[in-house]
Amino acid sequence: MEAKVAHDWRLRGQRYRLEGEVCEHCGAKIFPPRDICPHCHQPARKPQTFSGKGEVYTFSTVQSPPQGFERYVPYTVALVKLEEGPVVTAQLTDVAPQDVKIGMPVEMVTRRLYTQNDESTITYGYKFRPVLR
Amino acid sequence: MDEQVKLMHSQRPVGIIGYGSYIPMYRLPNAEIARVWKGGGKGPVKEKAVAGLDEDSVTIAIEAARNALARAEIAPEQLRAVWVGSESPPYAVKPSSTIVAEALGATPYLLAADMEFACKAGTEALQAAMGLVGSGMGEYALAIGADTAQGRPGDALEYTAASGGTAFIVGPAEEALAVCQASLSYVTDTPDFWRRAHQVYPSHGGRFTGEPAYFHHILSAAGAMMEQLAMQPQEFTYVVFHQPNVKFPRRAAKRLGFTVEQLTPGLLSGEIGNTYAAAAITGFSAVLDIAQPGDRILVVSFGSGAGSDAFVWHVTEAITERRDKAPAVADYIRRRQEIDYALYTRYRGKLQM
Repeated sequence: MEAKVAHDWRLRGQRYRLEGEVCEHCGAKIFPPRDICPHCHQPARKPQTFSGKGEVYTFSTVQSPPQGFERYVPYTVALVKLEEGPVVTAQLTDVAPQDVKIGMPVEMVTRRLYTQNDESTITYGYKFRPVLR
Repeated sequence: MDEQVKLMHSQRPVGIIGYGSYIPMYRLPNAEIARVWKGGGKGPVKEKAVAGLDEDSVTIAIEAARNALARAEIAPEQLRAVWVGSESPPYAVKPSSTIVAEALGATPYLLAADMEFACKAGTEALQAAMGLVGSGMGEYALAIGADTAQGRPGDALEYTAASGGTAFIVGPAEEALAVCQASLSYVTDTPDFWRRAHQVYPSHGGRFTGEPAYFHHILSAAGAMMEQLAMQPQEFTYVVFHQPNVKFPRRAAKRLGFTVEQLTPGLLSGEIGNTYAAAAITGFSAVLDIAQPGDRILVVSFGSGAGSDAFVWHVTEAITERRDKAPAVADYIRRRQEIDYALYTRYRGKLQM
């Protein structure tokens, strides 16, 4: 329990508001942040908050969920290509699985991700939904 | 008592520089609730907005606040307070406001607290934000009303208890899209609706929620406001009241001398139900979506327990270029997915497993 609290707390910037990094050496936009640029392997620590706009690159509908996600079944997990470049794995929300299409424009929203039980913390984070307008 | 003391004015003029709302997409028709509990018939509203499985008053507050920030065009770090009013906070102990502030990127140099006053928690936050900015303690403050209201299955409240949220960024009047001319609050100890600790559903005083509660506080606050400002109902372009149903605000408007035309643009309860701490202010948000510079708007909230906050707003030129920077209330009302009672019980966690 305590380990989960510290882990979630450490990730709050990226989970709540898509805070990643930009590489000052090659200019690559990086999400999730990892402090080393995956493209040029130089240190990359300059924060960059992503716009949250993107499109569905590919997706899969989950029928057999991992522990903690049972209540959302069936739900769709997508690789979302952000308009700044990086591809993010995230749950889609406010959309029925049969209505998801590759290339569909989506936007980031902050929602409940999971909670272990009635006594644990509630973990919030990014999901994506079809653009509102 | 000095007559002028009833009105509240901040030391420097303040107003709303950004506003935003959020309404979940799921709708439960009243006819569906009536089918389950009364074998058919209708209810006090057409349908109500229901939060999805991954939504709560915090996620609702976050989206409303992001819309308000988009319209205000300020950096989140410029906020000196984030106050969230709600009767449905996800935690009993732990502020919702810190989660909202962190999600917006407003931390760490600010005040953050949760307000509680049933359906007027949102306007209580708004009054406090106006005080903070109006005293010069900070340039900008964020006030939010957000709820995922629950009624006991089969109870009269279940037909209307809905989910939604609205946020306002208060700032100096020079930057405002709506300047506050005056505010006024009217509070008594009137137990018309309550929920004790560890109880899942609220209780209410039945017909007692009408005359001594809703009408007394709304009419007293609105009446004192207009009397002290020496204003007549026809001087307002729009009027917005707390909306637990459709008939209460209609009756309040009629008794105060307002017309159906002044009331209807801000009366959303027929389409989305009673969004509690967000109800009056989401109506106000919908009015700002269509208001013109020079319009005057009277907003009067009501919270059980009980009290009303009244505000007189003057819409400025800034409204025209700022309102399109975020989705309108109508955009959210249009985004509609009807659900049946069975899915509703699942979405709102009403099944004991």
